[in-house]
Amino acid sequence: MRSATQIAADVKSGATTAEAELDKSLAVVAARNEELNVFLYVDEEGARAQARAVDEQVRAGAELGRLAGVPIALKDNLCQRGVPTTCSSRILEGWRPPYDATVVERVLAAGAVAIGKTNLDEFAMGSSTETSAFGPTRNPLDPSRVPGGSSGGSAAAVAAEMTTIALGSDTGGSIRQPAALCGLVGMKPTYGLVSRYGLIAFASSLDQIGPFAKTVEDAALLLEVIAGHDPMDSTSLPEGSPSLVAHVNDGVGAKRVGLVRELIEGADDEVVASVTRAAEVLRAAGAEIVELSIPEIKLGLSAYYLLAPAEASSNLARFDGVRYGLRVDAENVTAMNEATRTLGFGAEVKRRIMLGTYALSAGYYDAYYGQALKVRTQMISAFRAAYQQVDLLLGATTPSVAFQFGEKSENPMAMYLSDVFTIPTNLAGEAAVSVPFGLGASGLPIGVQLLGPGRSEAALFAGARVLEIAEGR
Amino acid sequence: MAARLTRDDVAKVAHLARLTLSDEELDLFTDQLGQILGHADDIAALKLDGVEATAHPFGLVNVVRSDEVRASLSRDEVLAMAPDAREGRFAVPRILGEAP
Repeated sequence: MRSATQIAADVKSGATTAEAELDKSLAVVAARNEELNVFLYVDEEGARAQARAVDEQVRAGAELGRLAGVPIALKDNLCQRGVPTTCSSRILEGWRPPYDATVVERVLAAGAVAIGKTNLDEFAMGSSTETSAFGPTRNPLDPSRVPGGSSGGSAAAVAAEMTTIALGSDTGGSIRQPAALCGLVGMKPTYGLVSRYGLIAFASSLDQIGPFAKTVEDAALLLEVIAGHDPMDSTSLPEGSPSLVAHVNDGVGAKRVGLVRELIEGADDEVVASVTRAAEVLRAAGAEIVELSIPEIKLGLSAYYLLAPAEASSNLARFDGVRYGLRVDAENVTAMNEATRTLGFGAEVKRRIMLGTYALSAGYYDAYYGQALKVRTQMISAFRAAYQQVDLLLGATTPSVAFQFGEKSENPMAMYLSDVFTIPTNLAGEAAVSVPFGLGASGLPIGVQLLGPGRSEAALFAGARVLEIAEGR
Repeated sequence: MAARLTRDDVAKVAHLARLTLSDEELDLFTDQLGQILGHADDIAALKLDGVEATAHPFGLVNVVRSDEVRASLSRDEVLAMAPDAREGRFAVPRILGEAP
């Protein structure tokens, strides 16, 4: 399959048209979506209008955007004007946003063709898409296994070659984990690099939108298009979009890379072997590899599963049957609110709302939420100290390759543990990328994770590119 | 270490969060939430007296914009997506005892 970079170049040169590329995407969707349950909604009419507009620009000799004619998949927690947006929840069924998320506006302005909305764990709460109210997505590489989550639909869209690029969101690993399980490049950018305007909030201090792609260069291109300050998001960093594509081949020469003990501990042997081999490849490419320990990482999971539910319990209070989606009628407002939420939310969302409400309630606030906020401070300090010694950190993305349906869905704690290596980056507000590196015994891909300080995306992509080249891609 | 979560605690939290739970759900959630909070006992037990709390990774400060009129969402479009709207407003069932 051609890369997004190549498709945009071919559309510009006239070697292909946006509409022909759209038709190719839609044909794959038609062939495989029923089996894989990737797209909850395919916006064929809207996509065709976008593609024709790009082709019209080509004919008119107008200046084209950097994603001209490239089909893209959007996670269904990103608002797109007039297009059903559900967060994979019954509570938003039938709701069509009256505005575009900033990232949607930016990819469309760059000429991308948005073919539809992809499945996710309900409100992005999960690591397998099994909590979606509309059924799980299947992993295109092995349909008996999960694609990961929560952005499992976006990962599966690219892995199944329905599109070359997709957008997801990452609150505790929801881009990097499915990228690893589907054999893709996925990045969680620095908090504030990408506007969250129009991303339906899960945990506002942790959520960040980022790219999925088959290649490092495509991921860098997509991130460049969506990054940069947005006045509509008050947490958006003041700077413009960084230069990333120009630096993907910068290599890792003279970089110090820390191999972190806590980011491989507990992972399957085959995963540890991939990380060790990645360290050797980086060393051969000129990096100095330093083994180090960041004990605070072990507290990340506990802190995250207090902070994220606490924020979610507050954010999801807005779903009360008044302004959008579902309403279950009842005799008064309070009963209507309760009946609507009881029917509209699935079990995992209820579990997290209750966990968060409890962690914030009188008598428990200090012991749980307050302590977790302090652990977050310690996590930030620990990473800062590590980045005094090294430029980047290296570890596993997930403890194992893609798991089977039902393997963890009955035991919330087992599911939460699949995010143990990705959560620390969200707590620290920093950046990390997962890149496919090696296969497990089952033939399924293994993801290796590179982590860096805030705004280190160019260095992370350059490191990931070194690993990609070593894999012959 | 915090006290063990009880079934009554879960019922109270469900009420605060405006969720109705069946008896089976109450049992299941008491068990599951207890396990998750048990995992969090490792941080509840830490001595962190001198440590500052971080609510936002980069120490966010208030952001203000200039007081200029800008285009906003169309009221009719927003209300069209609501479960019930009347006379340019979101409509809800009665709040007080008397008829509207």
